[in-house]
Amino acid sequence: MATEAKEQELAAELAGLDALEAHLGTRPSRARRAWSAVWPKLAAIALAVGIWQLVVWSGWKDDYVLPGPGKVFPALGELVRTEKFWRAVGITMRRAVTGYALALVIGSMVGLAVARIRLLRSAVGSLITGLQTMPSIAWFPLAILLFGLTEHAILFVVVLGAAPSIANGLIAGVDHVPPLMHRAGRMIGAKGVGLYRHVILPAALPTYITGLKQGWAFAWRSLMAGELLVIVANRPSIGDQLQFARDIHAADRMLALMIVILVIGIVVDTVFGRADVAIRRRWGLIDPSN
Amino acid sequence: MTLTAPPLSTLDTTTAISLRGVSKAFGHGGKAVVALEKINLDVARGELVCLVGASGCGKTTSLNLMAGLDRPTIGEVSVHGRTALMFQEAALFPWLTVRDNVALPMRLAGKGRAERRRRADELLEQVHLAGQGDRRPHELSGGMRQRAALARALAQDVEILLMDEPFGALDAMTRDLLHDELEQVWSATGLTIVFVTHNVREAARLSDRIVLLTSLPGRVADEFPVTFARPRRIDAPDVMGLAAAVTDRLRAEVRRHGD
Repeated sequence: MATEAKEQELAAELAGLDALEAHLGTRPSRARRAWSAVWPKLAAIALAVGIWQLVVWSGWKDDYVLPGPGKVFPALGELVRTEKFWRAVGITMRRAVTGYALALVIGSMVGLAVARIRLLRSAVGSLITGLQTMPSIAWFPLAILLFGLTEHAILFVVVLGAAPSIANGLIAGVDHVPPLMHRAGRMIGAKGVGLYRHVILPAALPTYITGLKQGWAFAWRSLMAGELLVIVANRPSIGDQLQFARDIHAADRMLALMIVILVIGIVVDTVFGRADVAIRRRWGLIDPSN
Repeated sequence: MTLTAPPLSTLDTTTAISLRGVSKAFGHGGKAVVALEKINLDVARGELVCLVGASGCGKTTSLNLMAGLDRPTIGEVSVHGRTALMFQEAALFPWLTVRDNVALPMRLAGKGRAERRRRADELLEQVHLAGQGDRRPHELSGGMRQRAALARALAQDVEILLMDEPFGALDAMTRDLLHDELEQVWSATGLTIVFVTHNVREAARLSDRIVLLTSLPGRVADEFPVTFARPRRIDAPDVMGLAAAVTDRLRAEVRRHGD
């Protein structure tokens, strides 16, 4: 009897203390968060366009070499209404996705192997970082020798550009798993593959995402470099359209295409950024009011 | 050479843990640090024993030996039953919900999804966290996290629970409630518990027996049986009186190191 009353008392006390101590921060409304995320970006764009216009007005270069926003934005509007442009975007994005997917698989496998196997680490660990610093354009002569002027040459360089970053992200993530997580994992009976699957890899995820994000930046850069150099007949791409615009001295279209390249790069990067923030929020690594 | 039968002591069903002449040294030669020296300690099945001592008494080393995470340099450690270990940090995994944290040991043991979920909710209820299963560890207070860690330890379906200063980082109020909680879980499950703490009152509040360890090297200095009726209060006069006696003994031990 007495113990039952005591049990109920404890339950009530714990519930009371929990209610007092566990507090979820309230987040501002979605519209407010969207606005506070968007306005600094809009302001930065306005500033950049303003500086560009000032340079044009200064008369530093002739109008046909460096057209101002007033010419380039209409050219962009015209460009996006052409069918060829969308075909070029389609081909470029397909190459980007294929190359990145290959880099993802290869980079992750290499990263996991290097993180797990000590011998492999001392053998190729620094080589991966070395590859990361190698400018991707330096691979093209070899790529063209190996594959000719084909899409394969482009993909080869895209993979070599992105995979080291992805591998390094995974290696760093595994290395920086807190020892407490290891201990907790072993204590609850995780070992071998199970320890990796349920403890180490999930714990490595935030750093891995950072590597994926960096890998994307390298892939996109390598792809653009590749499309400028390796022009495949009847395969319009953003890169070769850019080269073509320069060849016919259409500076306004060239700048419009550069804006397209920048925007695609930023949009994809934002997706990775979002994933990163979502994970860190779920883990409680971000102040919930942000 | 003939094979000898295992000593009778290992067949004794009333003993959960037995340390016989256990020493543990770290390092080699002149620089070796002796963490434990010739420790003899028996823990009976279902007993709640507190190991108390100042820094360097080898409390954590003894737990690691009992958990099988480490081996003694000399001596024999026999543990009858599976062990779970809890530390000062809850060490819940931030990528899992509270329920999935509790269910993970069962998942690693190959239990089915429905059974895992049912049992995890049962355990959460037992530690008074019913309805918190879908939350993330960071959304819980320190005391709630430690209770979730207790549920995760219980999910390992063990006979022996080893606790390394599990309430050391909690405020006094929360700690008092968790003492009640642990006592209830212990009496409901019949677990054998070895509880390491430097808080003498906590030891007097919780244990059947206090084992006082010396420091550097760790030896068993003294043992105090605790026979007060349960449930107890940490501020009950008999608990406080015993705590004072143990503290005096502990201070005498610490003074030796100052000379």
